[in-house]
Amino acid sequence: VNVSTKGVSDFVEEATEVLEAVLRELAELDRAKGKPLDPDLLNRIFRAAHSLKGLAAMFGEERIAQLSHHAEDVLDRLRLGRLELSSEVLEALTETMEVCQLLLFETARGEHSAAATARATELGGRLAGFSDQAPPEGADPLDLLELDSQVRNVLTEYEEHRLRENVQQGLAVWKVRAVFDLADFDQGLARLSSKLRQFGEVISTLPSSDPGTGSVIAFDILFGSTVSGDKLKTSLTDLPTSVDALLEGREPPTPPTTPLAARTPPRPPPPPAPEATVPSAPPPQPEKTSEADPRPPSQRPARTAVAQTVRVEIGKLDSLMDAVGELLRVKANVARLAERSGEPNQGARLQALRSELHRESRLLERKLGELQKGILEVRMVPLGQTFDKLERMIRRMAHSAGKEVGLNITGAEVQLDKLILEALSDPLIHLLRNAIDHGIEAPEAREQQGKSRQGLVSIKAMQQGNQVVIEISDDGRGLDPERIRQVALEKGLLSLEQAARFSIAELQSLIFLPGFSTASQVSELSGRGVGLDVAKTNIGQLSGTIETRSQIGKGTTFTITLPETLAVIRALVVSVSGRTYALPANAVLEIATIEQSEVRTVERREVIRVGGRTIPFARLSRLLGLPSQPRARQHVLVVGRPHRRLAVAVDELLGHHDVVIKPLRGRLRQIPGIAGATDLGDQSPVLVLDMGSIAEEDINPESRAEVL
Amino acid sequence: MHLAPALMSYKILIVEDSKASREFIASTVESVDGVEAFATSTGFEALKLLSRQRFDLIITDINMPGINGLELINFVKKSPSYHQTPLFVITTEGRSQDRDKGLALGAAEYLVKPFERKYLEGLLLRYLKSA
Repeated sequence: VNVSTKGVSDFVEEATEVLEAVLRELAELDRAKGKPLDPDLLNRIFRAAHSLKGLAAMFGEERIAQLSHHAEDVLDRLRLGRLELSSEVLEALTETMEVCQLLLFETARGEHSAAATARATELGGRLAGFSDQAPPEGADPLDLLELDSQVRNVLTEYEEHRLRENVQQGLAVWKVRAVFDLADFDQGLARLSSKLRQFGEVISTLPSSDPGTGSVIAFDILFGSTVSGDKLKTSLTDLPTSVDALLEGREPPTPPTTPLAARTPPRPPPPPAPEATVPSAPPPQPEKTSEADPRPPSQRPARTAVAQTVRVEIGKLDSLMDAVGELLRVKANVARLAERSGEPNQGARLQALRSELHRESRLLERKLGELQKGILEVRMVPLGQTFDKLERMIRRMAHSAGKEVGLNITGAEVQLDKLILEALSDPLIHLLRNAIDHGIEAPEAREQQGKSRQGLVSIKAMQQGNQVVIEISDDGRGLDPERIRQVALEKGLLSLEQAARFSIAELQSLIFLPGFSTASQVSELSGRGVGLDVAKTNIGQLSGTIETRSQIGKGTTFTITLPETLAVIRALVVSVSGRTYALPANAVLEIATIEQSEVRTVERREVIRVGGRTIPFARLSRLLGLPSQPRARQHVLVVGRPHRRLAVAVDELLGHHDVVIKPLRGRLRQIPGIAGATDLGDQSPVLVLDMGSIAEEDINPESRAEVL
Repeated sequence: MHLAPALMSYKILIVEDSKASREFIASTVESVDGVEAFATSTGFEALKLLSRQRFDLIITDINMPGINGLELINFVKKSPSYHQTPLFVITTEGRSQDRDKGLALGAAEYLVKPFERKYLEGLLLRYLKSA
């Protein structure tokens, strides 16, 4: 099959949506464990796998086609009641969809790795290995129905199965005939179907051309329900319908011990017939019927939401954002011109022109603000998208580490720039792996310490102003400062003198240094080589910070603070040793001007007093490895976080700018301390500094100077 | 590929709920000169289109929510204005029961995904020429 690249991107787009939906629905299926199986949910998952397979095959994506074929087969057997939904099956299906995502990712990039192929093959084998349960014995329950063969001929295998299930559970089966005007039958039919769904399961909708006239169309709806005929008829009086019983509901309800009922999911028993109702009995109708609804209303909004979403390539938003950045610059120029035109002793005309220019410039500013806000909102996605993925991952990680771990997620609704969220996924996974691997103890060890066998990992997201704070905590063993001290000494990350004077908090922050890892053996989970330093660098590149708080024996909390968006930030522009740099304005807590004489030395460290507090002092020129000229008066920026502040001296403050940060590429990308580059409107690039990691590195300076 | 004299046009209805698959079929169909494709994702929409417009050929998937492909075939084959219209069903491998029902209801041909463009083109030529 020869398909164009456009075809491939269409395929990737649709398959991505399908996979995301399936994974959500599988999670829903997992949460509903122990409850009656929702046939509609299962059918939706089946149908998604079915169309994924068709799609993949159509586009020649052999690996995805093969794997989704196995998944479809398993799902088909599940929904036809031939295979039991065990947790092994559910697990394998979830993993299958994740591997499909991986394969899809490779497709999108034109890759084809042997590792992914091997995983797909393994999973396919696992799926194919699930065997059917024994088929039910006895007569086909469908023979009980007064179903004319014409109707039976148009039922798909699945619809037949659903009909059989309804009959076996002793529900009444009705044929509801409705006649609608051809012009707007879809609305009438939708109304009828949703009304019927309140009482039971719509099994099949058969259009019929029987009436023969051109202007109306009839439908026969097969409907299984616990509701009585009278009630059904009265509730449908406002719709052009007639109701026929194909099978009366059985009474009393099916005893749950019959072999057939035992292997089918339990369903609410039919309510007692009206004449049998005992006066004292509570009216069971509303609850019973809502339980019988095979599609809980909570599932519907999600589907609507998908339908009402437009997928936009993030690149398009980026270019829009670039345009806004340009416009902001133009606006600044207009404002400056307005300012300059304000020289005194000018004619009245010029004065009027000037005030008009001012007014227009303010209008431009307001509109630009709206545009910017609009684009930013489009880029925002709820954290829940990523949390869903993490939840599955945690379950699996805990399982393979032999730990019992509960998960508590709050703040899934908090929104973050899509690009940040994407880049955040790896560091989050890393922190969670750490928590499960090194934080949470084995169940027996926990019991010995008087803790619950099950450990708890929490992910908590909060919006704070224009920042988003994400906390990852565990109630495990905590970071042992003594062990950290020992390891840091062994690895030469700490001098004896430092080891002696570092506070617990300072010791704990050493876990972010490259080459540091307290795990004495490398586990399969945490892997080798990627340490917390990488997570920290990643977060720094997002203009975010990460810090840790830990109590031995009680647990560890990592707090990640991120800007809501990276697209446009307010930057403070400074000059140092004749060079210009920008730094995120939100990283600067305070600005002060000091005399050189105010710099004192305490314990071999330069400090200054700002706002009544003593803060370590450093020159940005030294931090960046640039030559510096001593100045009598200097500007000082206080950066860092509440307990780890640093006063950084710069030569000049050049003012605030709204800037669009561009990520750096190539070898520049991995340099800690640099968040990206921007231009201030004069086309010459300016580096944007990541003050968080620069402040940190004051403890452990590295050679970065060559590239600056 | 030429099928019809310049002014002649055949209209084909495609009912398939998977978007990429629908577009693949539509583009294949439209690659044949003189053929116009009308594609929809649901049986309901298909009924609406059928009530408004004449089609020379119908291609439908079987497994669709709402009105399934079999029900659509049944409807079409019983409708006085369409019972002669050739109809192809699209199936996926392994669903022989559904496929057989489709053929029993009067579908002229079935296509098993994945199929080659050439194969569908061949079928179109054969059925439209005789239409």
